[in-house]
This record gives sequence, structure tokens and C-alpha cells, in this order.
Amino acid sequence: MVDFPILSLMTALPLIGALFIFFIRGDAETVDRNAKFTAFYCSTFTFALALFMLGRFDGTTADFQFVEKADWFPSLGISYHMGVDGISVFFVALSAFLTPLCILASWTSIKKRVKEYMIAFLVLETMMIGTFCALDAVLFYVFFEGVLIPMFLIIGVWGGPRRVYSAFKFFLYTLLGSVLMLLALLTMYFQVGTTDIPTLMENPVARDLQMWLWVAFFASFAVKMPMWPVHTWLPDAHVEAPTAGSVILAGVLLKMGGYGFLRFSLPMFPEASAYYADFVYWLSVIAIIYTSLVALVQEDMKKLIAYSSVAHMGFVTLGIFTATSQGIEGGIFQMISHGVISGALFLIVGVVYDRLHTREIARYGGIVKNMPKYATIFMIFMLGSVGLPGTSGFVGEFLTLLGAFRVDTTVALFATTGVVLGAAYMLVLYKRVVFGEAVNKDAAAMKDLDQREVFIFVPLVLLVIWLGVAPGYVMERISPSVDKLIAQYETALEQTQVIGVEPAAGETIWTPEAMPHD
Amino acid sequence: MTDASNFSLMPALPEVFLALAGMVLLVAGVFRGNEGTRLICWATVGAFGVAAMFLLGLNWEQQITFGGLFIMDRFAGFMKLLVLIGLMLSMAISVRYLAQERINRFEYPILVLFAGLGMMFMISSNSLLTMYMGLELQSLSLYVLAAFRRDYIKSAEAGIKYFILGALASGMLLFGVSLVYGYTGSVGFTEIAAAVQAGDGPSAGLVIGLVFVLAGLAFKVSAVPFHMWTPDVYEGAPTSVTAFFAIVPKIAAMALLMRLLYGPFGSIIGDWQQIIWFLALASMIVGSFAAIAQTNIKRLMAYSSIGNMGYALIGVASGTVEGAGAVVLYLTIYMFMTAGVFAVILMMRRGGMEVDDIEDLGGLSKNSPLLAYALAILMFSMSGIPPMAGFFGKFFIFQAAIASEMYVLATLGILTSVVAAFYYLRVIKVMFFDDPVDVFDKQIAFSKRAVVLMSVVFVLLFIKYPDGLVQTSLNAASALFAG
Repeated sequence: MVDFPILSLMTALPLIGALFIFFIRGDAETVDRNAKFTAFYCSTFTFALALFMLGRFDGTTADFQFVEKADWFPSLGISYHMGVDGISVFFVALSAFLTPLCILASWTSIKKRVKEYMIAFLVLETMMIGTFCALDAVLFYVFFEGVLIPMFLIIGVWGGPRRVYSAFKFFLYTLLGSVLMLLALLTMYFQVGTTDIPTLMENPVARDLQMWLWVAFFASFAVKMPMWPVHTWLPDAHVEAPTAGSVILAGVLLKMGGYGFLRFSLPMFPEASAYYADFVYWLSVIAIIYTSLVALVQEDMKKLIAYSSVAHMGFVTLGIFTATSQGIEGGIFQMISHGVISGALFLIVGVVYDRLHTREIARYGGIVKNMPKYATIFMIFMLGSVGLPGTSGFVGEFLTLLGAFRVDTTVALFATTGVVLGAAYMLVLYKRVVFGEAVNKDAAAMKDLDQREVFIFVPLVLLVIWLGVAPGYVMERISPSVDKLIAQYETALEQTQVIGVEPAAGETIWTPEAMPHD
Repeated sequence: MTDASNFSLMPALPEVFLALAGMVLLVAGVFRGNEGTRLICWATVGAFGVAAMFLLGLNWEQQITFGGLFIMDRFAGFMKLLVLIGLMLSMAISVRYLAQERINRFEYPILVLFAGLGMMFMISSNSLLTMYMGLELQSLSLYVLAAFRRDYIKSAEAGIKYFILGALASGMLLFGVSLVYGYTGSVGFTEIAAAVQAGDGPSAGLVIGLVFVLAGLAFKVSAVPFHMWTPDVYEGAPTSVTAFFAIVPKIAAMALLMRLLYGPFGSIIGDWQQIIWFLALASMIVGSFAAIAQTNIKRLMAYSSIGNMGYALIGVASGTVEGAGAVVLYLTIYMFMTAGVFAVILMMRRGGMEVDDIEDLGGLSKNSPLLAYALAILMFSMSGIPPMAGFFGKFFIFQAAIASEMYVLATLGILTSVVAAFYYLRVIKVMFFDDPVDVFDKQIAFSKRAVVLMSVVFVLLFIKYPDGLVQTSLNAASALFAG
């Protein structure tokens, strides 16, 4: 525990940095340089705070920690309430970890409006950290939606040729889902009388209402995740966003969906979650198989990785809605791991894009000869994405599949084919880009990674391997919170059965007794 | 309730002062001619300021005077304060515009002043007659203002269109008033309330009367299907007049609507709720979808105001104190946002001419970044994206809707806000994503910049200190339910 408001500090710090950058004056070059350095130091310091927080985080309890509470709308019972538990703490750390790397990655590739770019990124960081720390539903919503503003500008101003279309698609898709969630939040507020998340978790609403509210929340989180069939904004947004924008999109924004399922859908609507679980399984399985197949035929590197993200998120939703400890822990781990790996893969694409200004796979080939360091690092992340044991990708995928297997073997069977397909498209990508004949002269003339780039990738590589070899550190801290979540979930379901609400025909309610418990 | 034989002038002190100030300034204008316009403009702003001071000095507890014709309570006090602030803001941003467009005739500020006086009477009306008088004083001033640039055909068209349709609406309103009078035997709100409550259910004639009154008022707040005049008038009128139209009169009309519905007709909510329900939904849908095709920023703002009135009407339809409080808060936030947006629009000048196409904002973020940031923040706020103030306006409206279990209206309403987000984003897109067109004229625009700054600060800082305003608006709205 710490005696200063560390979460608020982490949330506010980037915003303060952004304000500083806003007031930087001088000739263009000085402004750009100062803006970059301010942004980098500011986000690094935030990351240092995040590490400090991780160090002080008590992994043995499921309670919320570093809790801060202050009046906000005292008359309405809406308060400024922050806190983290095992589920959210690593997402906070992930956001704080990726932002400085993103700023480094944009050091030379962003040439116009550097100042605004850095402001947008710092504001984005504030919103991301706030989303994962918020323990009041209104506060959560404010951050969750606030993310749209900087991201819209990042895609729209610094993006590729179809940036305007992509930025609008991203914004409107996400907004459409979110506003429905807002209505659901208001309904819960009306029912329970508070928007405090811990209180809402302990007071589930009536079953009939749950069914509606679940759908409204699902609309928001499924778009954010994104789940098939509402994933179509993602490939567009990823392809058009600048490299760092893609990293944050894949690394953090997608996780907000999964986090939302864990924070809202499962604990607040247990019966509805059980009712709709099959529906989610099949959407996830379709996502895994269909988007993997789509990824297989992509000609654009970023698009390929974007589709692979949808597939990987399929594992996450599958794991979460199994409501088993393996499934949920695996889902969380998969999200953290995917945050690192897909972020790194987008950076990998960014490296060659900066040199050749194309993402077309066919324009590369044989670059292992002139870029050996690059090829090595690329390989590590490629294997991580495939889910090779020893990398972080394996742990998450394995656990979610294990969880799925306990609940529904058919679903697990189909989902596992995704692992094979995942290996297929990633290996094909790697082969076409790195190996083979060096047919393109300009590709063969590219310089290998410079110091700055190596500096960006080293922590990512270490993290991927460390998480893969020793997942215990993360798992231990996730476990208590997940156990509590599952315990609450099971109690809620048992209570319904005691009261005698029989599940309707065709509806499956997962009974904990029927499952082997470890 | 104070006795009806009270004829004290005190509760109407701000109105009395404004009326006197208006006459003095009119005389001054006649003597000085058009050279004095600038001075009279600022004197008008000063008069509004003084009136606001008087208003703040008054007792805001319920007082009824002029033999029951005039009411002063917390609701009236807050709404009048809002109107006065709106009048000051809209006047302050238009002084230079009048000179630039060579329409700096001294009647302009005087007309604004009398329109403001009419609005204050509307807000404080406690009888159908005061209501009509206030409404007409306001409307007649507005008709003239719309046609103020008389050598420009679109402005003249705007004035005539507004006048003809407005007269029609007034006719409907009067017809409704006569029916209400006929079936309740009184024009005073207090007496009507008693008469409505007395019988077992309202008579058909009364309901028909109410429908006509509502149609007339719906015209004033430009709710669909009585909105046809809005885009044309907004586009044709001089921009400073458009700003004025967008910022102030709707607040007064909405206040009057609420006073009427919650006061005398509060007990027959079942008979008017569905009408407001429909007006709200239709306004939101038309406001959001029709705005998509607009290329002129003044027309865009017209549809935006139609849509925004739709959201406010959701709160009215809820029929609860929370709903009314949400409307008051919504109008407050809307006023500050709109004032900021129009201050920016008034700065859009190129080569000495005003430009009003959205495309003219192209690349504004390169040419004048601060202005572009400000407008972007206001646009995000208009589309209801947190953490801007606009989000909280919508938040409380929808909260009231949910609390009154109007799920269908809330769902459809919030979906239209996504559509609306599209056109607000388009303005941002033009400013930030498109290539720059020519730079706007450099101009001394101290008051406009001040208004923009104030509006942006309000929009951004609302999230930090929201409770005071939320409380105040709820407190103001609760006065409506006191009687």
C-alpha cells in the first residue's frame, strides 16, 4: 500500500504533460524536440509509477487496492472512485508500458504536427489508465469514451491514405456500442441507486432485466474487443493508423472490451452471462476460424496482424465466458500477452514501413540477409503470436482452451484448429517477408535496426519470454480476484436454482458440481 | 402562495429596469443616429448586466404579483439569469460583425433588448395572457432582426418566412388559449390548475386547446414537425442574428413550455406526455439525419439546434423533477457551447467577406490552431463525448428518461446521437484532416475570443466541478413542482 493517490497520479500525469507540451513555444524544431522529450519523460515516469504500484500490489487478496474515493456528484451518489485488483492491475501496467515505447517508435516517423501528436498520445494514456482504474461506472464510461477523441485524431491526422474513412468508422462503430452501454448503466443506476462498481457487483439486478442489460453491455464490449461480426472497423483502423496508433489499438484498446466483460458482464449479470455463454462461444469460434482464414490471404502486413488480433481475441472471449478459473485467467493472460506481442508486431511492421513506405508483403523478401537483427526479433514475436511454448502466447491460449474443454469439448475442438491456422498465417508471413529470394532491390538495401529501435524491442522481447517461461508472477496476482469473481458467479447461479427458476428449454446453465475442480 | 391582490413591482424589477433602459437607449439612438450603434450595443450589454444584478438581488422564493399575472420563483430566477447571460454573450460577439457587414443601425441592440424583455416575461408568466404578450414581444423583435439586412434577399426571405409561419403559430396558440379559457373559465395558471384538477379527467375541449397551445410553442422551440422555418431563417439571417436565435430564444420558449406543462397541466400529464414524446423523437431524428447533408455551417447549426431541442424535450416528457432539472442543466450547457461555436463562426471572414461553408474551415488547425482546438472541443462536446460538458447534459436527460421508464425514447434518442456525432465529427475532419484553404482575415476579435475561451473552459472544467450546477438546476426545477 502507498500513502499517496498513486492511481490518480498515474492518470493525471500524462494530462499534465500534455498541458506542458501545449504551452511550448518557439521555432518549429525546438518545439518538436521539446514535445518529444516531454512526452517521453512524462510517460516513462508514469511507467515507473506503474512499476512501483506493481511492486506494492498485494497479490494475496481479491480486494481493490490503492483505493481512492472522493465526492463528484455527491447528491446523486456518483463518486470519483479509483482502485485496482488483480484483474485490472496488469492492464494499467500494460498501458503505461506501451506508451513510452510508442512515443519512441514515433520519434522519426512522425514528421508533421509533432506537438499535437504527442499531446494526443498523452491524453490517450490518461484515458487508458483511467479506464482500467475507474471503480465508478460513470467514471469508467467517461474514460472509456474519452479514448475515442485522441484515437480519432491520431488515425485521422497522421494516418494513411484512407484515414478519414477509417477514423469515422472507428469512432462511430465504437460510439454506437457505447451509448447502449450508457443506457444500461443508467438503468442499473435507477435499479440499484448507485454507480459504484463494487456495490453493483454485489447487487445483481433481476434476471429479466439482466438479459437486456447484458445485451447492451455486450454491444459495447463486443465492438471494442472486437468480436466477429462487428470487427470490421479494426482492419481499417489498424491499416490506416500510424504505427504507434496501431500498437495502442491492438495493445490496449482491444483489452478494454475483455476487461469490460470481466468487470461488468460476468459479475453483474451472472445469469445472463450463463444464458448467453453458448452464443459467445460460437461467435468466438467463428472469429477464431474465419478471421484466421482471412488473415491467411492478406497481402498487407498490418491487415494480416489485425485479423490475427481478432482471432486471438476470440480465445479471450471464449475463455472469459467459460467462467472457469483456467478460462478466465487464461483470457486475462492472453490479453496481456497479446498486448505485448501484437504491439511488438505492429512495431516490427513499422520498422520496415519507415524504410520502404509500403506494407505489401510481396514488396519484401529475403531481408534476413541485410537485416539479421530484425529477422531474429521478428521471429521471436512471430513465434509468440503462434503460441510456441516458452513464449507468453502459449500460456494464454493453452489455458483458455483448457477452460473451454472443461465446458464444451466441441467448442474446444473447433477453437483449437485456430492454433494451427494461426501458425499457418504467421509462418507464411514470416517466410514471405524474411526468407526467400531477395527479389526487390530496395528491400535488400534496407538498413538493419538502429540503436533506438533495438532499445524499443529489447524490453518487449524480454517480456514475451519472461511471461512465457515464468507466468507465475502474473498468475499469482490474478488468481485471487478471479477466484472471487467465479465464487460470486457460482453463488449467483446457485441462488437462482434454489429459488427455482428453471432454465428455459435449450438454455444451458453451467453447474459447478458437474465440473472437476482442481 | 401569496395573495393575488399583490401589485408589488419588486419581483419584476429587472424587467422594469430593462424596459426603461430600452426606451432611454431608443431615444439616445434616435438622437445619435447610426454612429452611436457601437456605444448602444455595449450599453445594452451593460443594461443586461445590471438587470442580472437586480435579478440576483431579488428574493427567489415564490412571489406572485400583478394580480396573479406574474410569477417569480427559483425557476424563473435561474432561467432569466441564463437568458440574460445568453443575451450578453450573443450581443458581445456581434458588435464588430455589425460594423463589418455595414448593418450597424442602432435599432439592432434595441430590438435585441426588447426581445430579451419579452423572453423574461415569458419565463415569468403566470397567465396565458402574460405568456402571449411576452411571446409576441419576443417574436416581433425576432422577425425584424431576421430581416435586418434588408438589402440582401435571403435575409428578407428569412424575415418574411419567419413572420408568416410565426404568425400562423401565434394564431394556433391563441386559438388554443381561447379553448383553454373556454373550458376552464380562466387564463391564470393557478386557476387553470385548480380547474383541471377538479373534474374527473379533462374535457376533450381542454385537451384540444392544450394541443394547439403546444403546437404554437413547439414552433417557438423549433421542434419537428414545426421546424421548417429554422434552417432557412438561420441561413438567411445575418450571422450575428443567427447566433442570437440559436443561443437565447429557445431557452425562454423551453422554460415557458415547462412552466405551462408542469404548472396548470401537471395533473393531466397522461394527455400531453405522448405529444412531447413524439416531438422529442421526431426532432432528434430529423435533427440528426437532415444535418448530414448540409454544407453550410449555419444550416448545420440549425439542424443541430433542432436535434438538441429534441433531447431537451425528452427531459420535459419525463414529467419528473429530475427530468426538469436535467432540461435546465441541458439548456445551460447548450447555451455556453452554442455561444462558443457561433463566436468562432463569426470569425470566419476572408477578404472582408463572411464565409459560411463548412469547407471554408479546411485546414483551420494549421492556420489558426487555437481556434481549431476550441471548435473541436466544442464539437466533441456537442456530440456528447465525455469528458466534455455536453456529455453530462445528455447523461442527465437520459437518466431522467430511464427513471421514467421511457426506454424506447431513450434508446432511439441515444442512437440518433451517434448519427449526430457524424456531422459534428465532419466539422472536425474538415479542420484537422483536410488541406488548408486560404487563411481567415486577421481581426481584432477580443470579445469573440473571450467568449470562445469562456465557453471552452466551461466545457472542459465542468467535469471537475459539476455538482454545483447540477444542484442549482435541480433546485430551480423543483420550484415548478412546488405549487
